[in-house]
Amino acid sequence: MNLLDVIGPVMIGPSSSHTAGAVRLGLLAVSILGESPIKADIALHGSFAQTYRGHGTDMALLAGLMGWMPDDARIPEADIYAEQKGLQYKFSTINLGELTHPNTVRFHLEGVTGKTCVVTGSSIGGGQVCVTEIDDFPVELNGNLPGVLIVHQDRPGVIALVSGKLSEYKVNIAGMRVFRTNKGGTATMIIECDQMVPEEALKAIREIKNVESVRFINKVL
Amino acid sequence: MANNKLSLEKYIEWAEKEHRALYEVMLEDNAKDMDTAPIAIEAKMQEMLQVMQESIDFGLTGVRSRSGLTGGSAKTLAETMAKPGYKSLLGPVAQDALVYALAVAEANAAMGRIVAAPTAGASGVLPGVLFSLKKHRNLSNIDLQKGLIVAGNIGMVIASRFSLSGAMGGCQAECGSAGAMAAGAAVSLLGGSAEQVGHAVAIVIKNMLGLVCDPVAGLVEVPCIKRNGGSAMQALLAAEMSLAGIKSFIPADEAIDAMKEVGEKMPCAFRETAEGGLANTPTALAWAKKYFSK
Ligand code: SF4
Repeated sequence: MNLLDVIGPVMIGPSSSHTAGAVRLGLLAVSILGESPIKADIALHGSFAQTYRGHGTDMALLAGLMGWMPDDARIPEADIYAEQKGLQYKFSTINLGELTHPNTVRFHLEGVTGKTCVVTGSSIGGGQVCVTEIDDFPVELNGNLPGVLIVHQDRPGVIALVSGKLSEYKVNIAGMRVFRTNKGGTATMIIECDQMVPEEALKAIREIKNVESVRFINKVL
Repeated sequence: MANNKLSLEKYIEWAEKEHRALYEVMLEDNAKDMDTAPIAIEAKMQEMLQVMQESIDFGLTGVRSRSGLTGGSAKTLAETMAKPGYKSLLGPVAQDALVYALAVAEANAAMGRIVAAPTAGASGVLPGVLFSLKKHRNLSNIDLQKGLIVAGNIGMVIASRFSLSGAMGGCQAECGSAGAMAAGAAVSLLGGSAEQVGHAVAIVIKNMLGLVCDPVAGLVEVPCIKRNGGSAMQALLAAEMSLAGIKSFIPADEAIDAMKEVGEKMPCAFRETAEGGLANTPTALAWAKKYFSK
């Protein structure tokens, strides 16, 4: 924690977790979608579901979906801007179970070119967030670094081939996590990188045998 | 550095040994740590002061929160105190510190733009103390920036030894820390020694030890807004004592460690879950029930 974490950030109140963190979750969800959303179904769980009106969590999530920063003075009226922009949105509450973090949201997003994705993430305190699920695949992503999400068949050598491609394109891996449903089944790889990942590198990874899909997720803030 | 325990006493010793102001050695250390120039940090502090000033102004317009639970008290108090012949209990510095602290806390609850220093919930304390001193002690924002740097480093020490969040350590860690930071800032702005900064910090921590986090309906409004005011008062009384040469028997680092011990033993109901304390009173529960069924 440095001086600017203690004296700052500038943000729209009232809550780092329920307001500033919610903006960040919206930003990260759009980054995962990879384009501007035109439709958003937003389901709120736990404390988010209970207190979202008073904390402006709903406005903050919409603000994030429109690409605004947590200190944007328009946040209290984000709904009006969303309507002007033609972003269709719907809020609902959801129970994701006892074990889910109390400040959790699940977005169903549809983008301008028709891309869709389902993103589940939590605001874990101090404005920090963690995306825990993308399209039914478990992940762990905080948006602090550019990342690549790879869905692949769990076969020996896939991970080495992927990291080989990244190093070929001079992308340094800052962190990597692999999740799998069962041995030999479908697995996901989340790779956080120190640099942007060039389109050619992504293409090369897509061509690797047993890789099913590759998604670049830019960092937020 | 992130995981290293910082020590306020070490900073104080360093400043004393080199006969330098506390903010100077802290700024030097921050710049080194963040791999940046001191002037870049100072520029950032000026930005923060600007936003703080704006948040005071916004709060003084009498804003109300989105839930409708709170708002308007800063404006009411300011107007009352401005009436001719009004006899204040507190005196000018404390009066304005209270008004400004409430103003920013109300601005925060009303989704205004604030500086989370150290957190959004406790964002009124520092602007309250700093801008009241600015007004009554003829200080400039350049002066205030020194106080902000001292305050920030006190916050870093607390964060490294324990926490600045109500969810982790109760309100003692949030409003308590904010008060300690503001007390240190006030002492250094008023020409106190590095050692006196340490005593002021310790006094606030001791006075606010054990304070629970119990927000009504889980919203950052009741008791948060008035606690910002109360914490600003704690900062001023600690600064007053320390500047008079009164010492804290328990040094700052140890007081912070005591806060950690208390915070770690604090039941979950008193750490931002809105399940205990004031949040669990009949009045709070009745209001929450109505609010949630809306
Ligand atoms: S009671 Fe809790 S939410 Fe309110 S200011 Fe204190 S720590 Fe923050």
